[in-house]
Amino acid sequence: MSAIEMSGSAVRTANEAKKSPRARAPFVYGVGASLAFLAAWELFVRLAQVSPLLLPAPSEVLITIGMNFSLLLQMSAVTAAEFLLGFLLALIVGIPLGAFVVFSRPVRLAVYPLLVAFQTIPKAAVAPIFIVWLGAGMTSKVLIALAISFFPIVIDTVIGLRSAQPETIYLVRSMGAGPLKVFWYVRFPAALPAIFGGLKVASTLAVVGAIVGEFVSADRGLGYLVLVANGELNTRLVFGCVVMLTVLGTLFYGFLEVAEKFAVRWHVSARQLEGLDTGH
Amino acid sequence: MLSEVSSEAKSRQGSDDAFVRIDDVVKFFSSHSRDVKAVDGVSLAIRPGEFVSVVGPSGCGKSTLMMMVSGLIPVSAGRIEVRQQKVAAPVTDVGIVFQRDALLEWRTVLDNVLLQIDVRGLDRTAYEAKALALLKQVGLSGFEQSRPWELSGGMRQRVSMCRALIHNPSMLLMDEPFGALDALTREQMNLDLQRIWMEDRKTVLFITHSIWEAIFLADRVIVMSPRPGRIATEITVDLPRPRRLAVRESAEFGRYAAQVREQFQKFGLLVEG
Repeated sequence: MSAIEMSGSAVRTANEAKKSPRARAPFVYGVGASLAFLAAWELFVRLAQVSPLLLPAPSEVLITIGMNFSLLLQMSAVTAAEFLLGFLLALIVGIPLGAFVVFSRPVRLAVYPLLVAFQTIPKAAVAPIFIVWLGAGMTSKVLIALAISFFPIVIDTVIGLRSAQPETIYLVRSMGAGPLKVFWYVRFPAALPAIFGGLKVASTLAVVGAIVGEFVSADRGLGYLVLVANGELNTRLVFGCVVMLTVLGTLFYGFLEVAEKFAVRWHVSARQLEGLDTGH
Repeated sequence: MLSEVSSEAKSRQGSDDAFVRIDDVVKFFSSHSRDVKAVDGVSLAIRPGEFVSVVGPSGCGKSTLMMMVSGLIPVSAGRIEVRQQKVAAPVTDVGIVFQRDALLEWRTVLDNVLLQIDVRGLDRTAYEAKALALLKQVGLSGFEQSRPWELSGGMRQRVSMCRALIHNPSMLLMDEPFGALDALTREQMNLDLQRIWMEDRKTVLFITHSIWEAIFLADRVIVMSPRPGRIATEITVDLPRPRRLAVRESAEFGRYAAQVREQFQKFGLLVEG
């Protein structure tokens, strides 16, 4: 017994020792690679004397962003509201739908084929219909974002809710738990890693959905500004919009990563990221 | 004294005060229109406080039998009673230990033990001291706030044993609980289980495929045939407790083991020479 205890604590101290250099590494690598990429871009544009109509240098894009900052912020707020609302609706619709698919055979048999069929429709192709139905305002963009992003949430919820160990479910039932308690104590927590996987994929799709909607018809938003700037051959501003979209998307994704880390710190994937996996 | 107890126990066998009564139970599993008979006409009475081991080859339906006693899977035919009550829903006055420890990875060691209390809606604070004492008893002091994945396989299975005991059930159902552990840890777990059991002598149904583990722990060993599982023979183990590991080298122990082995040879499961 003491031997077992000792090996357990030995594993722990080894991990604590490993932790600090690993925690620093991602930051250094990420920033380094980005800076190197931007530097190469800047150098290429200047040395090859590329026309700013085709490809502006990063420094020029940065200056353009600075000069149009309030406009870009305004447009960003519009687009962010669209994709955040669309994502939120996708989450509210997607997770319960996934649960119904898992727990109800009739729902599974009726809804699942429809769901798959719906997913194979290219959403960009039906976006104009959404505009016709719902007008050029925000509602159509939100619903396009919803339509394009809810599928991975449903699928990953289904996968997650099916991933609990049968023994844990038996065990909790022997403690007198009904289906609701089994869901709350076992199935839902066990599903969280998969659900977060779905949410992260959905977050990037929701942004695409909002932009597609704005491309079809809008009078505000970053997608709209991209079209306007492109029409005026203002490539710098187009790039400025793209940068803003990248920042928004990254912030959104990052927020989900942080939420995931708090919610499923116990999961294997999180352990490996933290360098804490003991290999058991 | 000991022989008195066991002879008294023998005379009670089959009478109405059985804690668990399994009566001509049959279990079919259907898969793709093909019915597989897993358990075929098993009858068995377990007295209160009796430690019964069921030993048999893989797939003989011994785990299925345990699951039917727990009420977690239904019988196809026959009847099971626990405390004179027909089992028709999951039995809750029970602690179950599976071969897989079934710990919830998102709960700490202490919270895994207290899962039993949370799900039953009991007062957590009233049981916390007991949970800590149980963990201490199995050598897990200092690991209360650890996560399951920080523990070794043996330590995890100890946690799941504590979880099966915290609510003081009158019956323990154990399905090859030590089957995934290394030999040394397994011996220690057998000693620990014997010690814990001797404190208040709960009724135990212990499933295993290890002949010596079955004999070492049990008052009575049930030997099952290959599928469809039937009771081939039962052996009353009359060895004084607490039993030490060295009891396995005794002549008596050897005779019990030989009786079980003989059955396995009869089924053609063991072939020598």
